[in-house]
Amino acid sequence: MRSRLNSLFDSLLPVLATFAALAVGAVMLIILRVNPAEAYGALWEGAFGSTNAMAETLVKATPLLLVGLGICIAFRASVINIGGEGQMIIGGILATQVGLTFTEAPGWLVIILAIFAGFIGGAIWGGIPGLLKAYFRVNEILSTVMMNAIAVQLMNFLLRGPMIDPAQAEKASKIPQTARLLDAFRLPRLAPTRLHVGFLIAIVLAIVVYILLWRTTLGYRIRAVGQNPHASRYGGIRVRRRIVTALLLSGALAGLAGAIQVYGVNYRMITDGSASGFTGSAGFNGIVAALFGQLHPIGTIPAAIFFGALLVGANKMQRVVQIPSALIIALNGLIVVFVVSSAIWRKRRQRRRVSVENDEENTLPPDLGANVPSPEEAQIS
Amino acid sequence: MTEVFSATVIIGILTSGIRLATPYLYAAIGETFGQRSGVLNLGVDGQMLLGAFAAFYVAFTTENLWLGLLAAMIVGALMGLGMAYVTVNLHAEQGISGIGFYLFGLGMSELLFKMLLGTVETVKGFPITPVPLLSKIPVIGEIFFQQNILVYGAFLLVPIAWFILNKTTLGLKIRSVGENPEAADSLGVSVARVRYFTIILGGTLSGLAGASMSIALLNVFQQNMTSGLGFIAVALVYFGAWRAWGVLAGALLFSMVNSMQLWMQVLNIPIPSDIAVMLPYILTIIVLVATVSRVRAPSALTKPFDRGH
Repeated sequence: MRSRLNSLFDSLLPVLATFAALAVGAVMLIILRVNPAEAYGALWEGAFGSTNAMAETLVKATPLLLVGLGICIAFRASVINIGGEGQMIIGGILATQVGLTFTEAPGWLVIILAIFAGFIGGAIWGGIPGLLKAYFRVNEILSTVMMNAIAVQLMNFLLRGPMIDPAQAEKASKIPQTARLLDAFRLPRLAPTRLHVGFLIAIVLAIVVYILLWRTTLGYRIRAVGQNPHASRYGGIRVRRRIVTALLLSGALAGLAGAIQVYGVNYRMITDGSASGFTGSAGFNGIVAALFGQLHPIGTIPAAIFFGALLVGANKMQRVVQIPSALIIALNGLIVVFVVSSAIWRKRRQRRRVSVENDEENTLPPDLGANVPSPEEAQIS
Repeated sequence: MTEVFSATVIIGILTSGIRLATPYLYAAIGETFGQRSGVLNLGVDGQMLLGAFAAFYVAFTTENLWLGLLAAMIVGALMGLGMAYVTVNLHAEQGISGIGFYLFGLGMSELLFKMLLGTVETVKGFPITPVPLLSKIPVIGEIFFQQNILVYGAFLLVPIAWFILNKTTLGLKIRSVGENPEAADSLGVSVARVRYFTIILGGTLSGLAGASMSIALLNVFQQNMTSGLGFIAVALVYFGAWRAWGVLAGALLFSMVNSMQLWMQVLNIPIPSDIAVMLPYILTIIVLVATVSRVRAPSALTKPFDRGH
């Protein structure tokens, strides 16, 4: 009974963290002479007030969920993937190129190919830091940050040059964007709203990732590496390969998010020079969603919807009560800080408790972010 | 092409390259202190943005640049304090809490910018202060000694940081806490106090880095104006192998390439600037690969310290 209460408390921690962040936000709003009730009211209204609002929430949740699923895999292996932004961009670029190349092919085929291309693009962009970490011991936080910057520059270069919309190339304005995809290539919509099948794909993938992590040997190995790389090695797990696999899959899911963003929402690639112009910071917010869902693929679904709602509601709040939607970015940051800080209570209790077997799914890897063991130790693998 | 290699252009590239190194130096030297004591602060970019805004807003409203500078340092220090509490007392995972602080600074600076200023304004930033005598030296004087005061400060910080880390008791404490906190603790060094000090110092310097952009180099504030410079600063610490002089080399690499690319645009040379900007990032990865087997990170980096263990 007691342990059940405890695990209930654990799963409520992110919710408490959110309330704490919203409370801090309310204080900030009061200091800025805004009525917090009015602001949060507009936010709620914007996120859930109508069918359209709810559809928009799910549209926003889609890339967060996909990136978040990738984060679940990577973080479970104790690999910190900060490269979601770059992986989304590369996935988006490859997918767009598919649509621009095969203009004669049937729509369903192009969509499948494009999604596959996005998957591959993200896998490459995640796999490189994976290889660098596993075989050259380059810290993945740094390499993924670098890969983000490289992806942004690559996108800017391609959209200003080789991939620019031929119509824009002739104009003086030269808006850095690709040509629009054919109407036949758009992801089908689910209702008379902007909600597209990309959301369903993300939900299915959440179940797939759950099965992968907890019902397959590969998933077991990935988690084992995250829990204890040394023991895993003695247990015969090829630690380095599993690190590469985790980052590769993590990147692939983010790349998929990029492809779906292009085929479901934008119908073209366009850049404002920054990463967030294309991703809407989903590469970072996906981390927030995954943490909020306690790095559990199924838990990440409601978390992604929640943060999608915050983002959509923030736009409404900006229009109605003139509070910049950036407030939500700041609150997301606070939520992350509160969630990772609250882990200490869980850890303390676990130390006191003798057995942890029932709680396995809720346990985070102990040395998340620790470096790969030194080469002498790695020799054994 | 002859134009590119004319003396004026080369001096121009070097002069602005030195100038542009400023924010990298403040932020990366600050981060070096933190990492040497075992704490990875990924929130540098957020601290810079909030510092940049604080400096700009205070300078804009009071018309006093020094007050702006002070405001940036206080804001950076407060964010550092938050990071210190979360990582030292609550043992939070450093990489992820850094991302949290980054998002907080990113959102908060934009929020305040839109609510308090509304539009992009400009200030008269720190003027060029030529160093007496030295600025008269041909070429060298022009490149190094006709800059503004924050540029000098950034370059002076390098030997100061080297001296503190390697030649003082404080530096010894910082390094021992980063290498072997248990041993340091048993010798009576307070691991928590040292880490608080380095993280707050790092935050203060990140705030200065932001201020150097908003009231000395660009003299405007815009949302997300650092565009990830703080993350590069973190990478520079690895690039420079946790040494002040190495950080300087990395900072100059990035700033010189940026400066070159800006001049290429001015001179209308048809080299895709996006590709040029990409090079330092690729080079950083290559350097990390090449040096990682020879250079060792502080052993306790990213590991929380628990006295009770």
